[in-house]
Amino acid sequence: MAGVAVSTTINGDSVEYLCQPDETLLEVLRDRLGLTGAKEGCGTGDCGACSVILDGRLVCSCLVLGAEAEGRQVETVEGMAHGEQLHPLQQKFLEHAALQCGICTPGFLIAAKDLLAKNPSPTEEEIRFGLAGNLCRCTGYDKIVRAVQDAANMMRGA
Amino acid sequence: MNFDPRYSTRNFTAVGTRPIRPDGIDKVTGRARYGADFNMAGQLVGRILRSPHAHAKIKKIDTSKAEKLPGVKAVITAADLPDHTNGDAAMYDILDNCMARKKALYDGHAVAAVAAIDARTARQALKLIEVDYEVLAHVTDVDEAMKHGAPLINDAVFTEGLEEKPVKPSNVTKRSQFGHGDVHAGFGHADFVVERSFRTEQTHQGYIEPHACVASANADGTADLWVCTQGHFVYRQHCAQLLGMDASKLRVTSSEIGGGFGGKTHVWAEPVALALSRKAGRPVKLVMTRDEVFRASGPTSATSIDVRIGARKDGTITAAEATLRYSCGPYAGSWAEVGAMTSFACYRLENVKTVGYEVLVNRPKTAAYRAPSAPMAAFAVESAIDELAKMVGMDPVDFRIKNAAQEGTRSSYGPVYGPIGIGPTLEAVKNHPHMKAPLGKNQGRGMACGFWFNFGGQTCTDLNIGMDGSVSLAVGTIDVGGSRASLSLIAAEELGIAYEHVKAVVADTSSLGYNDMTDGSRGTFSTSMATISAARNAIRTLRERAAQMWDISVDDVAWEHGHAVARGEKHGNLGKLSLKEIAAASGTTGGPIAGHSELVADGAGVSFATHICDIEVDPETGATRVLRYTVVQDAGKAVHPTYVEGQYQGGAAQGIGWALNEEYIYGKDGRLQNAGFLDYRIPVCSDLPMIDTQILEIPNPNHPYGVRGVGETSIVPPLAAIANALSNAAGVRMTHIPMSPPRVLAALEAAREG
Amino acid sequence: MVEVTLWGSLGRAAGGTNKLDIEAKDIRELFRKLAEQHPGLQPWIDRGIAVSIDGTIYRDTWSKQLPQDAEIFLLPRLAGG
Repeated sequence: MAGVAVSTTINGDSVEYLCQPDETLLEVLRDRLGLTGAKEGCGTGDCGACSVILDGRLVCSCLVLGAEAEGRQVETVEGMAHGEQLHPLQQKFLEHAALQCGICTPGFLIAAKDLLAKNPSPTEEEIRFGLAGNLCRCTGYDKIVRAVQDAANMMRGA
Repeated sequence: MNFDPRYSTRNFTAVGTRPIRPDGIDKVTGRARYGADFNMAGQLVGRILRSPHAHAKIKKIDTSKAEKLPGVKAVITAADLPDHTNGDAAMYDILDNCMARKKALYDGHAVAAVAAIDARTARQALKLIEVDYEVLAHVTDVDEAMKHGAPLINDAVFTEGLEEKPVKPSNVTKRSQFGHGDVHAGFGHADFVVERSFRTEQTHQGYIEPHACVASANADGTADLWVCTQGHFVYRQHCAQLLGMDASKLRVTSSEIGGGFGGKTHVWAEPVALALSRKAGRPVKLVMTRDEVFRASGPTSATSIDVRIGARKDGTITAAEATLRYSCGPYAGSWAEVGAMTSFACYRLENVKTVGYEVLVNRPKTAAYRAPSAPMAAFAVESAIDELAKMVGMDPVDFRIKNAAQEGTRSSYGPVYGPIGIGPTLEAVKNHPHMKAPLGKNQGRGMACGFWFNFGGQTCTDLNIGMDGSVSLAVGTIDVGGSRASLSLIAAEELGIAYEHVKAVVADTSSLGYNDMTDGSRGTFSTSMATISAARNAIRTLRERAAQMWDISVDDVAWEHGHAVARGEKHGNLGKLSLKEIAAASGTTGGPIAGHSELVADGAGVSFATHICDIEVDPETGATRVLRYTVVQDAGKAVHPTYVEGQYQGGAAQGIGWALNEEYIYGKDGRLQNAGFLDYRIPVCSDLPMIDTQILEIPNPNHPYGVRGVGETSIVPPLAAIANALSNAAGVRMTHIPMSPPRVLAALEAAREG
Repeated sequence: MVEVTLWGSLGRAAGGTNKLDIEAKDIRELFRKLAEQHPGLQPWIDRGIAVSIDGTIYRDTWSKQLPQDAEIFLLPRLAGG
């Protein structure tokens, strides 16, 4: 099969790649671009470990084709920190120990970033439903919810 | 080297604080590398062909068409994995599970594998492999498999543990029995008797990271394996044995692990990846799909359990009896045996008898899952205990306190207990504000207890002190949930330096001696013991070096708060030497300073927990919602309390999923119907409330800091705690786990009609 | 001489007794003498037996001393998750 040439923007940088027409954005990120922060937990859009933000919308990158990124903006976990300065969500996930094994963490951080962009003062219930597309098997979600609450407070104060 | 593991009281400086974990920054920036995040130059993609049949004889496999497909570099079957197990039955089962040899024994059983230049070619190649199956009758249900005339999974199985050796083969591999006293006489003294049968369905550990590895076998007989595992030394042994290699020639590097919970304690696809690499002469990356994870890895036993418990009017239990049947998948196991040992471990019983039956079924090989076998037994027993308390007319907490095991009690599994924590967890629950909170309509509160053995095992660590005085700690137990943080705290505590000056890493199998895996709640317990021992050895060297620098006898040098201190009147003017100063001078006082330790950590001590939960049931749909949840558990000593809380919360959440939703559903054709996270529903964020925790600290006498394992016990009580809450909310006694909406609705409707 | 209690199934393998008196100073000697006196126990020892000494379970420390007055209980060697 002939490859598709794609020009896109990832974490603010212009990126060009060739991909197969049936290749997912997750495969492109991980296998072609070396951005392995997004994880494949299921490949069917059920676990959220591959979450990225595409033109301001939270998506499972395993359900998006690499070719669909043409001309669009992709945000991944690798773009959250600015140099040594962690994003408040990253900082609060560390402080609250909101991760154990950490495989779901990139997806949660991206989903929480998207949530707080749309709703800077979410209630606990809004956080829980906002993050319901991301599976975590280690934490029972308690510390994740607290970390997001704390990060929201910090970001509103900033 | 003699190391005294006994507990002695001390004032902690580092232990008990809550610093940020050393591996945290990599995990929040996406840099941490898990099983599938590693690549090698020239690597191929490996894929496995799996049986669509629950039970079938493999008559012939024709791989010729697949081999001819351009881009295919290797195709293997069981013939490429000759049997090197030398009569080791358990290893033979693992080998057969990795690649079916004569029969496919469950839907998803591996039958062949390919390595190709890319995933697309590998998938195409699988379709070109022709397997000639003779489909056999199958059985997936644990009770059906025990019946006379059930399809035989292995006709060489004759039940062990019976009075007389059976003359016919069956699907029951073993009968085991525990207990003491005379239950028949005990029931004769009972005023009330509860007798019920329970069922629990099969669940999966549900780790978010599928099994993944990169294998690179070289022509000179050496090999490298990068893999997500709970025990890289164990994986090395398994792979070396199954492939006929020297263990020392196989270097296994553990990736970060994306959850295991018992499911990554033995090999699945790793020997296949190595065999593919050996045949292809190139590295092979093999990553399971989620469908494969469900169909072919993990799960726990499905069970069927009968319980009978009797009590006097005053609330004293007079006798307790249970018969437990656990599915093992198609290979022998000891799952019912563990269930039989744990079932009544919380109670002081004069007369108790438990009998376990290990049952073969056409399902995936049963694997350990967090406190393996204990949750199902506790569901049955704790449900019956609650019902009995009601019959006697006692509060369920008081009833349990009255009958709780204590120091000196003969445990239901045999030995007499030393100091244990069941009583304190019950007292803490009795006095917890949660117990007095008001409840609304359709709401109910339940509680239940749980028990788990904890384990220790073979462990070693290396502690190296750099010239700048910073410390690198190399450990051999996989970090599944923050142990690098807790072990750094331990090293800092023992040496008397700041946590920030210690960096813990998990060493590969060529850099450190053998370590058992991270299972049995042993990671922090065992490796902290080895770390304390290694630090004490390093301190001895530090004292010797300080003595050299001062030109005094080492006997006159003590170690206090990270400094060498000269003892005795004649050395009064010497001041102190810090670890940093001694390290800086090490080049001229004898070279690098290090402490090593190799030991067996035994004496982990048993663990108890008591949980409280409030639920609300929707009478229209049968859906049950957890409103509030509290975990009370003994940690011995919480080294990093935040991660101890995390273990309690995570175990409770898994137990809640088991109780309410999770189950393997098999069709009549013996195929798994719900091999994905959409249909096998684990709890999501909006399903759960905050999970409150209360850490009790009753020091373990067999650990220098009093540490006990904390990882597993919290999955044990939730099944019964929720069933008891449902009983209080809706007046129905649920005896079948999971208590999914259709089952609860059916029970509610039966109660309304009844 | 120490008194050793065997769990149910192990007792059957030892010929139907659940208590044995054995002259043994540590776990290693205990296993050796058990196998000598009851050859049927050898496969069980190979598969793994844990020894509870006064309620504390030892799986691997075969050098552990067996005090004369201690309660010694043999159990299957288990593993966790």
